[in-house]
Amino acid sequence: MNVAAPGAARSITDVGDAWPTLEQVWNTLTLRAGFNTTSVVLGTSLLGVAAGVVGVFALLRKRSLTADALSHATLPGIALAFILVALAGGAGRSVPVLLLGGAASGILGVLVIQGLIRHTRLTEDAAIGVVLSVFFGAGVVLLSIIQSMRTGGQGGLRTFIYGQTAAITRQDAVLMGALALVAIVLAALLFKELTAVCFDDAFAQVSGFSVGLIDLLMMGLIVMVTIGGMQAVGLILVVAMLIIPPAAARFWSERLSVVIVVSALIGGASGYLGSAVSALLPRKPAGAVIVLTAGMIFLLSLLAAPSRGVIAWAARRARLRLRISSEHVLEALFDAEHTREQLPAARRALGLGTSLIVPILLRARGLAQREAGRLVLTEAGRREGARISRNHRLWEQYLVSYAHVAPSHVDWSVDQVEHVLGADQVRELESALRARGVPVPAGATS
Amino acid sequence: MSPSVHRFLSIDMLPLLAATLAALSCGLLGNFLVLRRLSLMGDAISHAVLPGLVAGFLLTGERVGAAMFLGAAGAGLATVILVEVVRRMGRVEAGAAMGVVFSVMFALGVLMIEQAAARRVDLDPDCVLHGQLEMLFWFPPSNWDSFFSAQTLSLVPRQIYSLMGVTLAAILFIALFFKELRIASFDPALATSQGFNAGAINLVLMILVAAATVASFEATGSILVVAMLICPAAIARLLTDRLAGQVLVSAAAALLCGVLGYAAGAFAPERLGLPSAVNVAGMMSVVGGLLLGGAVLFSPMHGTLVRAIRRRRLAGQVALEDLLGALFRAGEAGSSRVPRAHLAHALGGQDRLARALALGVHAGFVQVEADEVALSRQGTAAAADTVRRHRLWEAYLVDEAGLRADHVHGVAEELEHVRDARAQPSAVPGRGTDPHGKQIPD
Repeated sequence: MNVAAPGAARSITDVGDAWPTLEQVWNTLTLRAGFNTTSVVLGTSLLGVAAGVVGVFALLRKRSLTADALSHATLPGIALAFILVALAGGAGRSVPVLLLGGAASGILGVLVIQGLIRHTRLTEDAAIGVVLSVFFGAGVVLLSIIQSMRTGGQGGLRTFIYGQTAAITRQDAVLMGALALVAIVLAALLFKELTAVCFDDAFAQVSGFSVGLIDLLMMGLIVMVTIGGMQAVGLILVVAMLIIPPAAARFWSERLSVVIVVSALIGGASGYLGSAVSALLPRKPAGAVIVLTAGMIFLLSLLAAPSRGVIAWAARRARLRLRISSEHVLEALFDAEHTREQLPAARRALGLGTSLIVPILLRARGLAQREAGRLVLTEAGRREGARISRNHRLWEQYLVSYAHVAPSHVDWSVDQVEHVLGADQVRELESALRARGVPVPAGATS
Repeated sequence: MSPSVHRFLSIDMLPLLAATLAALSCGLLGNFLVLRRLSLMGDAISHAVLPGLVAGFLLTGERVGAAMFLGAAGAGLATVILVEVVRRMGRVEAGAAMGVVFSVMFALGVLMIEQAAARRVDLDPDCVLHGQLEMLFWFPPSNWDSFFSAQTLSLVPRQIYSLMGVTLAAILFIALFFKELRIASFDPALATSQGFNAGAINLVLMILVAAATVASFEATGSILVVAMLICPAAIARLLTDRLAGQVLVSAAAALLCGVLGYAAGAFAPERLGLPSAVNVAGMMSVVGGLLLGGAVLFSPMHGTLVRAIRRRRLAGQVALEDLLGALFRAGEAGSSRVPRAHLAHALGGQDRLARALALGVHAGFVQVEADEVALSRQGTAAAADTVRRHRLWEAYLVDEAGLRADHVHGVAEELEHVRDARAQPSAVPGRGTDPHGKQIPD
């Protein structure tokens, strides 16, 4: 879509990469770039917020791909509405009529999915795939029939598939924003019901909610967002606005209210940036930019979220591995002082990387020091080694005595034995060990 | 060679062949996706290959080049891996993971197409979605003798050959690894314990799906790929219970989709007087949907219509048996003719009585005179059989299952209708009456 700034008039044949001026960027971002641009940017942002909110419920109810089928299934309705309007002698591209047709066939598609799941042995994924492809295929057939008809306004139909903010008129933008607002308000009003159904539909049922009705309402919200977003984003990508922001928001919190707010923010930001960028730069379709923005936020969340993110998870794993390896080494050093076995046996049990890091770590913690090229325990290290070795022996004996595990199969556990077992039982284990002739280092308490 | 044959060979034969091969390869592989509940992987892959196709095209500038094929295959494989990565590392539900990956990749593709347009390169996303079957034409030889010469065969577009290769690979893979595929699809843990790697089988399957997707939709568009991955397998799933049967039925369904869809898309509109042919790929998906609708309704085993008819027949049978039982008991009480109103009450409604009477009269079991109903001799024997089952069950429930005598009537009322020969109560010597003291008929 074009910026209504002086001197910025572009035509479709303009293929040069003209960069917008800073002023244009600023005007667009602050919603001062002409009334049309402003209403489209506002409408798309609102729609992003609505999709973010509704999408959370769809994700929790595992309906993400039902929404995909729904949006694909709108195509035959749009095409049929176009044909009917054209046959009645009207202008083919009357947006509200087309959207109404799309909504009708989209809902029909969802009903067919539910019928297939309920009354046949087909699983949900197959039912979704069937409806998605067959309805879209029917739409493609109808589109090819429209192409052979001699009516105007056909080009407009393409915008429903790929989305094109340039084609959006002010009225369309207002319609889009209104749909988004209604969806947000409805989701807020139904918050309790939707939450109950998403987390525990059996509980919702016994609490007196009608699960079927609430599911239907949720579908209605998804239809609103899909229909609203179709012109801006296109029917193939509109589902991304419902899926990606909630999936990204899910990384940041375990609390539903927080997830919804974050998801709404991500959706709104994607819609805002997408429509603004596509307003400023030529050949940046809003749908694609919106989805890519959301995709980048998803990637960032996947990597960097504090507790569920991949980086945090990998760090936790690494810390755990280092702790366990350090304890291995301490125990091996401690045992070596008594049995004169050499360290390499313990080192072989570690990976190459950890075997290099662990000695450094132990020296830094003052548990070991280097003497004549060898790693030797300090006094603190000896105490720690004794604790670990004792712990290990006691657990082994526990597993042999009480869990009836063969002595050759028992191995090490990181839990402190005294924390789990009572003092009497620990003393029993100690005497059992001594009876087997295994030396037990003295514990701190016993 | 007559002109009409020549016309068919040059215009219709290759698109028909391409459509059918695409349907066949996707249809065969789709079985294992549907069984593993991975149907939508095909959808994800077919959307996500767009950036690969565009990249291949932008690098070489050829619309049907090998680069495009490789780019798309790479993107397809990347999709499979990325979905798995997002699902595992992000602990995102599988459906949402696919949604995230394919929509981002499709968006990338759309953006790349728009940038390509800037360089006055025309690449239409429509042909990715709808397919370009019309582009497959051929200059066939003028006589049959040179039909298979190297020169004429070299004029066949490359898409046909890649489709043939993929179809052959799919058939070989399924034929050679049928046992492994079966175990890996139904019980991956068992597969692992049998000593082969279910993950590796799965990976090969996914690679083949990606290859079939790419090869097919160069010719037929991504929508047909999704339809053909799922519809034939879903049709077969409704028509058979055995995996081997499923594979064969799906192949037949895929061929049918291909041929009927092409006929409906390419030939029918002309006959109907439409100015031009309609989209063949779309038509094939529609045919797939119609066939599936047929299977949903009419499948001999699992069809909803067939099941409804069977249920209705059973309901009629049960109503008739209830009618016979009521008449028999009335006869025991001394009245051989029973008023309709009385029977309607016993059977729980006029409709049910009418149904039972129609069946009973048809079978010659009952006679209706004025407003009264009586058993025929034949009917008496059948009624005795029903009542006998009822009272034997009651005796069994009290003697063997230890129920109280006043609790068994309702249960026996249901069990008397069980006609399975393996679940019939047999008479116990010395037990001539039921727990209520009524005679058990012979």
